[in-house]
Amino acid sequence: MTAFSSFDNAGRSPLFFDDTLRMLRDQVRRFVETEIKPHADAWEEEGRTPRALLRKMGELGFFGIRYPEELGGAALDQRATVVWAEELGRSTYSGVAITALVHTDMASVHIFNAGNEAQKVEWIPRCISGEAISAVAVTEPGAGSDVKGISTRARREGGDWVLNGAKMFITNGVHADVYCVAAKTDPEARPSQSVTMFLVEKDTPGFTVSRALDKHGWRSSDTAELSFSDVRVPDANVLGSAGGGFYEIMKNFQNERLVIGAMAMGEAQAALDLTLDYLRERRAFGAPLWDKQAIRQRLAMLSARVEACRQMIYATAARAAAGEDVVREVSMIKALAGELVNEVMYDCVQFHGGMGFMRESTIERMSRDARVQSIGGGATEVMLEEVAKRM
Amino acid sequence: MKVLVPVKRVIDYNVKVRVKADGSGVDLANVKMSMNPFDEIAVEEAIRLKEKGAAEEVVAVSIGVKQAQETLRTALAMGADRAILVVAADDVHQDIEPLAVAKILKAVIDEEQPGLVIAGKQAIDNDMNATGQMLSALLGWSQATFASELDIDGDHAKVTREVDGGLQTIKVKMPCVVTVDLRLNEPRYASLPNIMKAKKKPLDEKTAEDYGVDVSPRLEVVKTAEPAERAAGIKVADVDELIAKLKEAGAI
Ligand SMILES: Cc1cc2nc3c(=O)[nH]c(=O)nc-3n(C[C@H](O)[C@H](O)[C@H](O)COP(=O)(O)OP(=O)(O)OC[C@H]3O[C@@H](n4cnc5c(N)ncnc54)[C@H](O)[C@@H]3O)c2cc1C
Ligand SMILES: Cc1cc2nc3c(=O)[nH]c(=O)nc-3n(C[C@H](O)[C@H](O)[C@H](O)COP(=O)(O)OP(=O)(O)OC[C@H]3O[C@@H](n4cnc5c(N)ncnc54)[C@H](O)[C@@H]3O)c2cc1C
Repeated sequence: MTAFSSFDNAGRSPLFFDDTLRMLRDQVRRFVETEIKPHADAWEEEGRTPRALLRKMGELGFFGIRYPEELGGAALDQRATVVWAEELGRSTYSGVAITALVHTDMASVHIFNAGNEAQKVEWIPRCISGEAISAVAVTEPGAGSDVKGISTRARREGGDWVLNGAKMFITNGVHADVYCVAAKTDPEARPSQSVTMFLVEKDTPGFTVSRALDKHGWRSSDTAELSFSDVRVPDANVLGSAGGGFYEIMKNFQNERLVIGAMAMGEAQAALDLTLDYLRERRAFGAPLWDKQAIRQRLAMLSARVEACRQMIYATAARAAAGEDVVREVSMIKALAGELVNEVMYDCVQFHGGMGFMRESTIERMSRDARVQSIGGGATEVMLEEVAKRM
Repeated sequence: MKVLVPVKRVIDYNVKVRVKADGSGVDLANVKMSMNPFDEIAVEEAIRLKEKGAAEEVVAVSIGVKQAQETLRTALAMGADRAILVVAADDVHQDIEPLAVAKILKAVIDEEQPGLVIAGKQAIDNDMNATGQMLSALLGWSQATFASELDIDGDHAKVTREVDGGLQTIKVKMPCVVTVDLRLNEPRYASLPNIMKAKKKPLDEKTAEDYGVDVSPRLEVVKTAEPAERAAGIKVADVDELIAKLKEAGAI
């Protein structure tokens, strides 16, 4: 049983969320409770989230939150995305959450934001229905934080482009249908103008999944290393302008980072809730552990910090939706949430005692899943540099 | 045929209920509220009747505080065609009793003239299990409670009821009031596109005074208390010891 509704105070406040968004929250939560939580242990074992589940999410419209109605979406804004990410994070299965969130908010967005009409009409409706699942491939074995440092090359040959190189840590990398791939098109140009994004379909000759990666957490998410060996793609598959890729990536990072922040705070709140339930039941030294001030004050402070971060996310989403520039706040959120979720997990494992170290406990999985939140999508240190630049 | 479905806003079934310090009821401040689960089943059944061509219109009605419009929007997002909110209280802690609800529903039904009312068998907040029955008495309509199957056949409804001894199938004359049990169906999700469409569906707002119904309580809540905490168990070595312990406890 869910703990007393710590989730539902600010998360349902009309200050941030109207009836529509509250209903969206209810539906995602019901989906998580009935379609994800009872089944996801098996997916952790299998190393992937089943396509049938993603199709169901598609049928319910969850993949079209931000896309326009003409393409089959609901035309909602960042606040709806925050609800979606937070409720998925709350599932306690972040591997499932990230599978969906990379598709909706980190990969298919490249097609929507940079793509031309034909590309959008071809791909976005299929992404919304869940018929096509997307991945985004920027990181390489030799370049992660430093996006300009990528070395995958795309050279012009006749009317086509030919890609060579490798990509690393790509979420949905094993099972996606369509990949938004960053490659250098003009190594002579300034680094910021040398990157171009390409649409690469799964069965394109020369494009292979080198290996599925074995991860510390997010085990129900498939992550791959990809190889490109003379992969020929037509000019029609260039996303946006040639040389404009770096700016597209940076722009999309803003949404991605807000989403990771919301997801991380969903995880953190869920961990606090289930630890509270545990402490109220678990007895030691003649009383429930919750009676120990040393414990409850630590959790009270963590819950205050999580609440502060959540409300900063809500406020920032609302401001972004109103068109304000929130780059500074989004960078702060990514740094803050990525670290805070790990602090929460550390204490929650601690207060579970020996059980927190056991594979059978939810908190053990959650603590592994949380670790990457301060690395992926912009490591804390990189985010803090973005903040510092704007101080 | 028009189907009318009353829906109640209740404390969400996932929320751990807390009794207010003064024992006057449970704490509803800042607590997640949802549609009564039995009413969700009723809405689902009404929508299925419409999809099968057995009904033309589904009207959802809620009686309570203004915030119940959120509950009605959910019914609209599931597929109801329009909604009526009858505001009868300002305080979220004021429960409108079954008789007052039934009287207001009767007044709405006199205006709306539905051919069928599908209601939840009870609301999970106070488990009264009375509104549907009272409504059928006030209307002079037939009633079929605890439905686990519903078939409309011309001017009759065939209803399978979950009773203590098993299943009972009855035939009732239409118009009638049906109250639904848990196993009738599994309510659908409100998809995001349908949530968006629900924003444009009509939701009329009325008050209890509009229908001339006095909603002041006739029942007095003497005390509300937490259920007794479960005592710790013991482990027994074998069946003999189990029987001995049960005898000791006077359980057998
Ligand atoms: C599970 C998982 C899924 C991922 N999914 C995707 C995906 O779908 N698509 C994709 O393109 N990428 C993906 N990534 C890659 C992810 O974005 C990178 O791991 C991340 O950007 C960090 O890059 P890196 O791993 O190369 O670390 P590096 O760049 O080598 O950095 C290592 C560490 O050095 C520190 N550091 C780096 N730069 C600085 C600096 N300027 N100042 C101070 N310290 C610094 C940070 O602590 C950083 O963590 C994924 C990664 C993981 C682990
Ligand atoms: C891998 C592993 C191997 C082990 N091997 C052995 C073994 O070989 N033999 C053996 O006998 N045991 C063993 N243990 C058990 C281990 O000693 C206990 O897990 C440990 O003593 C904590 O007890 P607990 O798990 O019951 O936690 P609990 O007693 O339930 O405590 C939970 C948490 O509450 C907090 N807490 C508890 N009491 C207080 C307090 N008074 N004030 C404030 N905070 C408090 C602490 O953070 C604690 O972690 C092992 C445990 C693990 C995980």
